[in-house]
Amino acid sequence: MSKKAQKPQKKKHHNNVIVYSTWLFTLLFVAMIGYLSYFTATSKQEMINNSYNSRQEILLSRNYRGTILSKDGEVLAETSLDEEENETRNYPYGSLFSHIVGYAANGKMGVEALGNYYLINSNSPLSEKAANDLAGKKNPGDTIYTTMDVKLQEVASDEMGIYKGAVIVTEVKTGKILALVSQPDFDPNKITDIWEKLVNNSQSSVLVNRATQGLYPPGSTFKILTALEYIRENPTDYDQYHYECTGAYKITDRKISCYHGMKHGSVDLAKSFAKSCNSSFANIGMTLDRNRFGETLDTFYFNSSLPLGLSHSRSSVVVSSDTSDAEMMQVSIGQGSTLITPIHLNMITAAIANQGMMMKPYVMDRVVSSAGTVIKAFQPESCGQVMSPEEASVLTQLMAGVVQSGTATTLKNNIYTAAGKTGSAEYNSNGDSHAWFTGFAPVEDPEIAVTIIIEGAGSEGDYAAPIAKRIFNAYFTGKAYGNY
Amino acid sequence: MLTYIQEYVTELSKYTIAFFMALYTLESFIVFSHRIKRKNGIYIRQSLYIFIIQFLMFVDLALVSRNRDYVFFYAFVQVFIFVAVNIMPLIYENCDRLLLNHMCMLLGVGFCMISRLSFQKALKQYVIVIISFALAMFVPLLLNRLSFWKKLTWIYAAVGILLLGGVLILGEVTHGSKISFTVHEVTFQPSEFVKILFVFFVAAALWEDISFKKIAVTTLLAGIQVMILVLSKDLGSALIFFVAYLFLVFAASKDFRYLLTGLAAGCLAAVGAYFVFDHVKVRVLAWQDPWSYIDNQGYQITQSLFAIGSGSWFGMGLYQGNPSAIPYVEADFIFSSICEELGVVFGICLILMCLSCFVRMMDNAVRQKDRFHQLLVSGLGIMYIFQIFLTVGGGIKFIPLTGVTLPFVSYGGSSVMTTMIMFFIVQALSMKGSKKEGEKQIVEKSTKASKEKASQ
Repeated sequence: MSKKAQKPQKKKHHNNVIVYSTWLFTLLFVAMIGYLSYFTATSKQEMINNSYNSRQEILLSRNYRGTILSKDGEVLAETSLDEEENETRNYPYGSLFSHIVGYAANGKMGVEALGNYYLINSNSPLSEKAANDLAGKKNPGDTIYTTMDVKLQEVASDEMGIYKGAVIVTEVKTGKILALVSQPDFDPNKITDIWEKLVNNSQSSVLVNRATQGLYPPGSTFKILTALEYIRENPTDYDQYHYECTGAYKITDRKISCYHGMKHGSVDLAKSFAKSCNSSFANIGMTLDRNRFGETLDTFYFNSSLPLGLSHSRSSVVVSSDTSDAEMMQVSIGQGSTLITPIHLNMITAAIANQGMMMKPYVMDRVVSSAGTVIKAFQPESCGQVMSPEEASVLTQLMAGVVQSGTATTLKNNIYTAAGKTGSAEYNSNGDSHAWFTGFAPVEDPEIAVTIIIEGAGSEGDYAAPIAKRIFNAYFTGKAYGNY
Repeated sequence: MLTYIQEYVTELSKYTIAFFMALYTLESFIVFSHRIKRKNGIYIRQSLYIFIIQFLMFVDLALVSRNRDYVFFYAFVQVFIFVAVNIMPLIYENCDRLLLNHMCMLLGVGFCMISRLSFQKALKQYVIVIISFALAMFVPLLLNRLSFWKKLTWIYAAVGILLLGGVLILGEVTHGSKISFTVHEVTFQPSEFVKILFVFFVAAALWEDISFKKIAVTTLLAGIQVMILVLSKDLGSALIFFVAYLFLVFAASKDFRYLLTGLAAGCLAAVGAYFVFDHVKVRVLAWQDPWSYIDNQGYQITQSLFAIGSGSWFGMGLYQGNPSAIPYVEADFIFSSICEELGVVFGICLILMCLSCFVRMMDNAVRQKDRFHQLLVSGLGIMYIFQIFLTVGGGIKFIPLTGVTLPFVSYGGSSVMTTMIMFFIVQALSMKGSKKEGEKQIVEKSTKASKEKASQ
């Protein structure tokens, strides 16, 4: 194509408007390609995992579902094949991991849902795939190593006994979930048989993962956040705080009473926290800037979705300049309309233990192929410096005080030092309450955070803290024997 | 043994196909560089890539499907591409080799994908492509030897309105839209052919007279055609006509105010259509939140997204996905099926290739000495690229769905024939504008060619 002959006249005939139009459409296409690339880079798993996507069946017709292992390689879920290549999904630990490992029939839950994409894809070597193909066999899906610790899970489950509730144990520096129990539980081996019964029984809500989906009033554990806000607003003189507890705090006709009408007498911030003095915290709450407190709570992921892969509920709290005095008194001690999920409280606790850095809890550690190649290794992810290291250190001291001389002295021992906060959350007007404990150990260099909720257990300190103690014991004595 | 070969070949060819496709696409932009004086090498390499990609794709198809028919179909497709790539430059020495290569590449990819979806449809498409190619070869001859084209303004408009109106009154209802006629088991979609008439009409109306009065009359007649399409519920075509008109007026008047007014009017009309027509509302809802309507209005688009998402960058491999899960995949969602099995990398290359066609057409338009020709080529270019924007953008949820074909790639006789004629009009005008003695050569060569054809 020779355009030389035209060149002298080119200027004269040049239609700039056509050039502009060309650029306009080119830009439009660049935007469209950008959108397509973004979609492709971000949504492959989501697309494959959608139950309306028929390609799941295509993958499952070529590969059988992969294995789920604990952090030490114990089998938590696997597919076994009989002589006729019929597949059965087995869960060797029965109901022990029912909510966290989940199930893969009648919908999916837990790691079975979270890691579905990896479990139904196979990265076996080509030679192995060809050999399987030739033999008319399916390829094994990839294996998921979880962060779960079988020993801790067993202790947590045993200690809960017959109570309903949840226990979560996480590694504070990484966010790894070491144990997650939700009771009542079920046997995933029998999921198809018991499905109807579970779904129809609206009372038991067995399928709800209480650790991530259960919403409870935080009760006194919320004083952690009230205390934090007080420290933030009075950075230089919070240790000068003083209050005279007479067993109740009154404003006009509204009254907040201390637990069992206890009179705590003269208290400072540390003692108010250690003894969980409701009157003093209602008093603290009244001094706080409600807008600022609301903003602080938002940065802690209240009223929004948690950065968490597992399906979960949103914790809710309402604090703003519109909050009335009566409501504010309730909020300060974690009552009223405030609700929190146990995993959320665990994240806040672990953030305090981790010098203010909140970590995203995760349960899948790595994905490996049948030949042992690592396909994907999950890394710890931070979800924000929610408080300064100084604030975290002050809160750690307050929480250590709860164990040393407060409501959780049952955790005092000479193997490790623990810090924590107890709570009892009233859920009806008869004073029936859930028992909370959330805490971590060791105080000097925290390793694990434990959060426990026991439904309908009654008075604080008596139920939840002893369970935490046995979990800490199991972790630290196990560690002494080289198991951790 | 075959199993082993298959396993390795299909896994490897995924990446090889994407690699050659990327190479081809790269060269189709390098060719625009002014520094490269001799571009023949690029064109020859490109046609080589076409053959390599075709070979790999059909080997894949044959191996995975274990269907021998693919070997024969491959042979047919190769013969066509070989003839097309070689015969055009023989007959028309100054033809645009880039557009020719792109046409062959797009047709080849289309043949491969359609045959993978339905062998029957692929054969039908093949026959239509052959007929279209044979017809289109005469386009340069007709366009360059006859000189009355720019004088038929009102005839183009009248025929266009009659054809579109005829479909509105007498047409068959397919998927809720009135868009086609069937004569002796052959279905025509007149709006496809009217596209060409429409560009001729606007170019003829505005090439010398751009007075407000002339523009107003032209707008009225163009508006009638767009309105008929809207009433036929052929929203895709209506939009294509509208946008082509807008940019043609802009190109003719060189006045930004026309473009801006037109865009504003278009937006108003779109908002109006949203409230007046339920089928428009449904499309917009399904675009905003397809996941809530996954069982009905959102079904097509979510299935399309599943296909693209599951295919990811390098695809599931030919014959290894499930593109037939998307309704009307071979016509409206061919791009999604390509992304699913050949990968998004391949898909992006395909889009870029279409963009390269567009840039070449617009470059060609800028170089035209005759205003009528200039408007003609730029109008066809805008129509072409906007249609690709609609179908690709709709399939990936970038914009609401309109249900138009991907030119040359999708299944559909009227679409492929129209696109072929459009490309050959651009070819014809590129030859005309390229050399002083070009005209003479073309006439000589083409009379020779037509003699050859006649003797066959």
